[in-house]
Amino acid sequence: MTSTAKVETKNLNLYYGPNHVLHDVSVQILPNKVTALIGPSGCGKSTLLRCFNRLNDLIVNTKIDGEVLLDGKNIYGNGMDVVDIRRRVGLIFQKPNPFPKSIYDNVTFGLKINGIREKKRIAETVEKSLNDTGLWEEVKDRLNTSALELSGGQQQRLCIARALAIEPEVILMDEPTSALDPAATFKIEELVSQLKKKYTIIIVTHNMQQAGRVSDYTGFLYLGKLIEFGKTNDIFTRPKEKLTENYISGRFG
Amino acid sequence: MKLRHLTDTFFRYLFLVAGVSAIGILFSIFIMLAINGLQTFADVSIAQFILSAQWNPSAFGEPSYGILALVASTFMVTVGAMIIAVPLGIGTAAYISEIAPSYIRETLKPVVEILAGIPSVVVGFFGIVFLGPLIADMFNLTSGLNALNGSILLAVMALPTIVSVSEDALRSVPKEFKEASYALGVNRWLTLIKITLPAASSGIVAAVMLGVGRAIGETMTVLMATGNALQMPGSFFDSVRTMTANIAIELGEVPFGTTHYYGLFAVGLVLFLMSLAVNITSEHFTKKYRWTRK
Repeated sequence: MTSTAKVETKNLNLYYGPNHVLHDVSVQILPNKVTALIGPSGCGKSTLLRCFNRLNDLIVNTKIDGEVLLDGKNIYGNGMDVVDIRRRVGLIFQKPNPFPKSIYDNVTFGLKINGIREKKRIAETVEKSLNDTGLWEEVKDRLNTSALELSGGQQQRLCIARALAIEPEVILMDEPTSALDPAATFKIEELVSQLKKKYTIIIVTHNMQQAGRVSDYTGFLYLGKLIEFGKTNDIFTRPKEKLTENYISGRFG
Repeated sequence: MKLRHLTDTFFRYLFLVAGVSAIGILFSIFIMLAINGLQTFADVSIAQFILSAQWNPSAFGEPSYGILALVASTFMVTVGAMIIAVPLGIGTAAYISEIAPSYIRETLKPVVEILAGIPSVVVGFFGIVFLGPLIADMFNLTSGLNALNGSILLAVMALPTIVSVSEDALRSVPKEFKEASYALGVNRWLTLIKITLPAASSGIVAAVMLGVGRAIGETMTVLMATGNALQMPGSFFDSVRTMTANIAIELGEVPFGTTHYYGLFAVGLVLFLMSLAVNITSEHFTKKYRWTRK
């Protein structure tokens, strides 16, 4: 199993200044699967997620021990290009955050930054990315209007399209539906199931039903420790740890 | 109960009077400016006033009242100041808000804002004793009191406003935009250029407009540093006389009630209208730059 993991952490410890946020986390994420990270607020699940594309680098006083492997290479190792890593590992945020630009410019932003100029290729990518997120039919007639005029759910799907446009390998999702209504949430969840055919997906969620619905594997974090990791079905029906069972049955969290 | 009611009413009216009188005083000044200024046009045609470059009210027999040279001087000195201050100011703001570590930011911003408090006469003095000779030396001129000198000094004076307001605008850009950009594998420099600066652009335009307003209205510094020759400026090395400096120089000696006297008010009126236009523009952009998101 080690050799097939797309993303893997080995004894990962993370500190924000004096706070020890992640304790010795070792986890293996399989390709073309959806892996959910669950746990109560402040358990470190978002922090762990942001280790996978080194977005924690932006926070001063962050110190990291251990390894995070992407296709077997430590992304925190010497000589790794953080920009390249972030292109390979996309992130969808909790609150939809399209740029204050047109729908079209949002999708093409990553391409243009990467120096892609051919009009045809750009137009194709826009249509494809918006199609993949089910947004094309809804917005094809108003690609030049501001992305901020879309509904919350549409904005979030646009953010996913924006991430897809640069063809990442892994997509991280940080509670992607927590700001959305049930109908929009349903669409995003459907989308996640679609996307796993092409991508490896790691999703942080507060919502245990969501983890149950969309994920193949689930990791339960508590106070910065990975308490249990396994097939979603097993975690929800036969948790090995008492703590997991208590959390899943709603006794705390 | 009754006393409390009385105090309440008393203070309400006190503040009402304070508010109304502040607006009233300013409005009266404008009225006085307009009434006096417009009397010029009893003797001088508006076309001559605006289109002629000859300002020579004390010429015997045929006085002339053209403000074009004065307006051009003001324009030139202001534009020169902005050419220097805008890139420098936005660069400083970007450094403070996006690049500097927090301890530098916390020292630098107040320091820049304190610079706004340097009295303009001190800046002008600096222009005469230091910058003037320096410019004269560098460019081989007989005098360094010229438009360039004024522009540099005005740039220094407008910088604190431009830096401070631009920095606020940059800082108010939601960090989600920047994070989204970083997460797409965009580096800090391109994120600043492509995301943060455009998102803050209306605030930055407002900052520049406030700086322009500061430069247009400034009197003492340009009066001291630009040499005050009454002529149509040809280059930045020419001595110029701005509208503000002209009013300050001549108003002390002009006989009350003459066309010359009214003419100076008319210059003031034009200056007021220019500042007003700049302020309205800046207001327009300031209003736009609050982020409204769904």
